[in-house]
Amino acid sequence: MTEVGKARRRKEDARLLTGRTQWTDNLRQPGMLHVAFLRSPMAHARITRVDVSGARGMTGVVAAFSGQDLAAEQGSLPCAWPVTEDIVIPDHPPMAVSAVRYAGEAVACVVATDRYLAADALEAIEVDYEPLPAVLDLEEALAQDSPKVHEAGNQAYTMKVTSGDIDAAFRDAPIVIERTYHQQRLIPAAMEPRAVVASTDGDAYTIWTSTQIPHVLRVMLALTTGIPEHKIRVVAPDVGGGFGSKLQVTAEEVLCLLLTRRLGRPVKWNESRSEGNLTVHHGRGQVQRVKLAADADGRVRGLRVELLADMGAYLMLLTPGVPLLGASMFNAIYKMDAYEFGCTGVFTTKMPTDAYRGAGRPEATFGIERIMDELAAELKADPLEVRRRNWIRHEEFPYTTISGLTYDSGNYEAATDKAMALFGYDKLRAEQADRRDRGDPVQLGIGVSTYTEMCGLAPSRLLKEARYAAGGWEHGAVRMLPTGKVEVITGTSPHGQGHVTAWSQIAADALGVPFDDITVIHGDTAIAHKGMDTYGSRSLVIGGVAVLQACEKVREKARKLAAHVLECAPDDLEFADGAFKVRGTDARATIQELAFAAFTAHDLPDGVEARLDSEATYDPDNYSFPHGTHLCAAEVDTETGMVRIRSYVAVDDVGKVVNPLIVEGQVHGGIAQGIGQALFEEAVYDTEGNLLTSTLADYLLPSAADLPDFVTDRTETPATGNPLGAKGVGEAGCIASTPAVVNAVVDALRPHGIHDVAMPCTPERVWRALEGARS
Amino acid sequence: MIPAQFDYVRPDSLAHAFRELASDEDVKVLAGGQSLLPLLRLRLAYPSKLVDVARLPELAGVHDRDDHVFIGALATHDEVMRSAAVRQGCPLVALAAATVADPAVRHRGTFGGSLAHADPAGDLPAVVLALDGVFVARSAEGEREIPAARFFVDYLESALRPGEILTGVKIPKLGDGWGFHYEKFHRTAQAWPIVGVAVAVRRSNGAIQEARIGLANMAPTPLRARAAETALQGTELGDQVRQACGEAATGTAPPADLHAQPDYRRHLARVLTHRAVRTAAGAP
Ligand SMILES: Cc1cc2nc3c(=O)[nH]c(=O)nc-3n(C[C@H](O)[C@H](O)[C@H](O)COP(=O)(O)OP(=O)(O)OC[C@H]3O[C@@H](n4cnc5c(N)ncnc54)[C@H](O)[C@@H]3O)c2cc1C
Repeated sequence: MTEVGKARRRKEDARLLTGRTQWTDNLRQPGMLHVAFLRSPMAHARITRVDVSGARGMTGVVAAFSGQDLAAEQGSLPCAWPVTEDIVIPDHPPMAVSAVRYAGEAVACVVATDRYLAADALEAIEVDYEPLPAVLDLEEALAQDSPKVHEAGNQAYTMKVTSGDIDAAFRDAPIVIERTYHQQRLIPAAMEPRAVVASTDGDAYTIWTSTQIPHVLRVMLALTTGIPEHKIRVVAPDVGGGFGSKLQVTAEEVLCLLLTRRLGRPVKWNESRSEGNLTVHHGRGQVQRVKLAADADGRVRGLRVELLADMGAYLMLLTPGVPLLGASMFNAIYKMDAYEFGCTGVFTTKMPTDAYRGAGRPEATFGIERIMDELAAELKADPLEVRRRNWIRHEEFPYTTISGLTYDSGNYEAATDKAMALFGYDKLRAEQADRRDRGDPVQLGIGVSTYTEMCGLAPSRLLKEARYAAGGWEHGAVRMLPTGKVEVITGTSPHGQGHVTAWSQIAADALGVPFDDITVIHGDTAIAHKGMDTYGSRSLVIGGVAVLQACEKVREKARKLAAHVLECAPDDLEFADGAFKVRGTDARATIQELAFAAFTAHDLPDGVEARLDSEATYDPDNYSFPHGTHLCAAEVDTETGMVRIRSYVAVDDVGKVVNPLIVEGQVHGGIAQGIGQALFEEAVYDTEGNLLTSTLADYLLPSAADLPDFVTDRTETPATGNPLGAKGVGEAGCIASTPAVVNAVVDALRPHGIHDVAMPCTPERVWRALEGARS
Repeated sequence: MIPAQFDYVRPDSLAHAFRELASDEDVKVLAGGQSLLPLLRLRLAYPSKLVDVARLPELAGVHDRDDHVFIGALATHDEVMRSAAVRQGCPLVALAAATVADPAVRHRGTFGGSLAHADPAGDLPAVVLALDGVFVARSAEGEREIPAARFFVDYLESALRPGEILTGVKIPKLGDGWGFHYEKFHRTAQAWPIVGVAVAVRRSNGAIQEARIGLANMAPTPLRARAAETALQGTELGDQVRQACGEAATGTAPPADLHAQPDYRRHLARVLTHRAVRTAAGAP
């Protein structure tokens, strides 16, 4: 059996679970100092005075700086995605100098000999603020008379794309449904809070940081600080989750680098959970106006989507592009005649938003999957039946959608049939009818989500069209060691995903070496020197392929050497089980023997180097399009408003699977996170712009105790765009589950005349919806 | 977050503890730390010294006495929920203790700490109030007993005086014929109650003879739902009980927070009281 496809336990886990880990916060450097930031208690204000002198005199304090002190050297935090020609990208100083634009923005810092003294000294810093009005609501922010977040106004950009004759699609349409959905702000809550250690030996710098993107960060730090790129080394040690929140060039990373440069000593910063809630970039934050036109039989004619996207106070690395990752996805798996998508990015005095697991696609999937249920309700038809009438049939692939993407493969019928069988769809519908008839105070709702998504970011050429500042290739390398063991070097930067295991499986098959003979190196720009890192469910479908291709190159090099050793022509050799065999004879040379032969170099043919090592850079032609059908049964207590998920079935099609255990883990975690958005999580700001959900007692994350057992299964329609046949799986669960759950809640309440409950569907919101319907 | 600096002592005797408590104005008793340490870490409290009572034998354990169970202040939630004496003598306390937070917090947090903290959103204050527990407090001056009805003074404020240590609480054993239930309404498993209802009812001849109802998170202190208790006397399960429980929110002053507005809390108090009374009364 091949390694690929095996449910291998993860190589990473013994170490992670027994605490033999190296989080950034565990790192100690000789003479290391600790940094603490003073953060704005106001959402919007002019800074009229910052006096750090009180802190400077305190025990253990080595230095204290205001934004003004650093103004000349701190530059502006980068935005790598100028989505339109005329986008407004405001200056974004890592430390505020003259104004603060969100509560939590750093205004001063203390560097001290320990973390406690640094925190104490913050209390001795005096800051005078002249309050300015907060800008919180997206619609109000765009009004003429709104207070401005930035000189240039509150609109960062606006764009619209249309394909097909959208007016014709809506003209005389027998059914037109219009809905407004709110994507609440979410706070990514990675298990490991952020931390940074920076040090210098005089002219070169090393920064250890809890990041998803050591390679991108290195380039960006060079561009932001002016420190030459070859003098910066970025290391991502063990990183405990990111979900997009560590796909960022943070103020703290830049400032730690500047502080170590100023002071010539290593510095460390680590955040508390509350500091993180305030200042880790937030996710989602959209108002979605979705309008759908259909024929009387439920065939979708056209879809119009207009988004207001909350940028927060500044544009960070990918801020403006995140909502546009959904631009081509609202049409999802459905065929239609016309589609229009518009989006306006709006500045508010809140923490900037940026990528959060799914980034743009959960929002799009929610919009379309919610309104497809509304269409079904309008037609009094089963929601799966309405979807069937509209989706791309499996024999129609490859299929170019109305938004212009070409889906390489898929089988929505197979995934849906399997999910319905696992779920016991008909039986649950019967129970639902029975409870409705009986007027049971606990009603049953069934929620459907037949999602697809676009991931594997991304083809560099397509990224250029999207005005993204970089490409989307990935790099892999293989080092054959003299004893036949293998080092795989990857440009991906795992932070919980299990790349070490999966890449080992890929290399084991490609090189014919044992799984345990392979080690995978990543996350240090000095060692894994090239990469585009990990986000957007890209690692396997791009980085995994790069590893595969690097292995294939090793094999081709080894073939030349084998032909020499075995005294035959390269074409006479066949490679199987880790050895080259001369066809029709017993003569063979193992890859390990060849690695040793390359090492001794005693008898290398002309033109063959003394190494079998190789590198490959892979850039796909297309995105990856996983899909699946998620079904949720939710019980809604109509007396209290409490929602309880009774059963949840997910059938995902992520193409060929390298490791089913890892896929399972990704799906489980993703579903949990999506349920989090549907029922629990929301970043709440008060009317003054203060974050009320600054602790995990207020910002509710579901734990295992709050979730049902998930029933997961798969269909396997291989991707045709990459040699692994794999599709991304990192975000799928999170993208699919939110609408499945909300559809279930609404389905339970529909007989009461309720057709929406805002997220998160808290008991109070459900109860108020019912109260509204009762009165 | 990072607390400000404080001193720490862990006395071996009550006498030593009293001296430490008298040593400064801003001294605080530390038990399990599950409420106090978060306040310190958020810099919402700046005690000069913490007197850790963990080593004081007078505060330890659960003791089955004739007409009451004495639950030592240091008994952890986990100890309380597993204690045979509690489960037999005052099962309502065990039921509620099992709903507190998560296993980690239940192994650290103490019965006494949760009561002395006087958080109206705590699960146990409402229970002890419903059961008419008697608080036993010691100070350098001696021992005094405080009935539950006078213990909870205001939001996060108990009747304990500076220098006093809660040694434990006497929970009277209710005789035969009583049923119990704790109904906790919360959004995630480890969260505090949005509303909690602790109920003890005595039933005979098919009717409720007596009901005691404690409400969590319905006012700045835990409350007794007196109007509902009165209305329930003599009612039979069914519409009568439902109607009587409609009084559960009478006299409450529920807070507004991220999880619930006052009107919703009042509604919940009525619904949950009804459910708790039915369950306590053994309704199918
Ligand atoms: C994540 C989390 C979830 C929680 N969820 C819940 C929940 O669902 N329901 C719930 O009821 N509680 C919950 N709690 C609080 C928990 O029950 C605490 O254990 C309890 O409130 C305090 O007990 P403690 O021993 O930790 O007291 P400490 O934190 O040590 O002290 C609390 C206060 O009481 C005082 N004090 C303590 N002991 C004495 C004494 N013997 N004499 C005089 N004063 C004393 C202290 O000075 C302090 O003011 C939660 C806590 C956490 C951290």
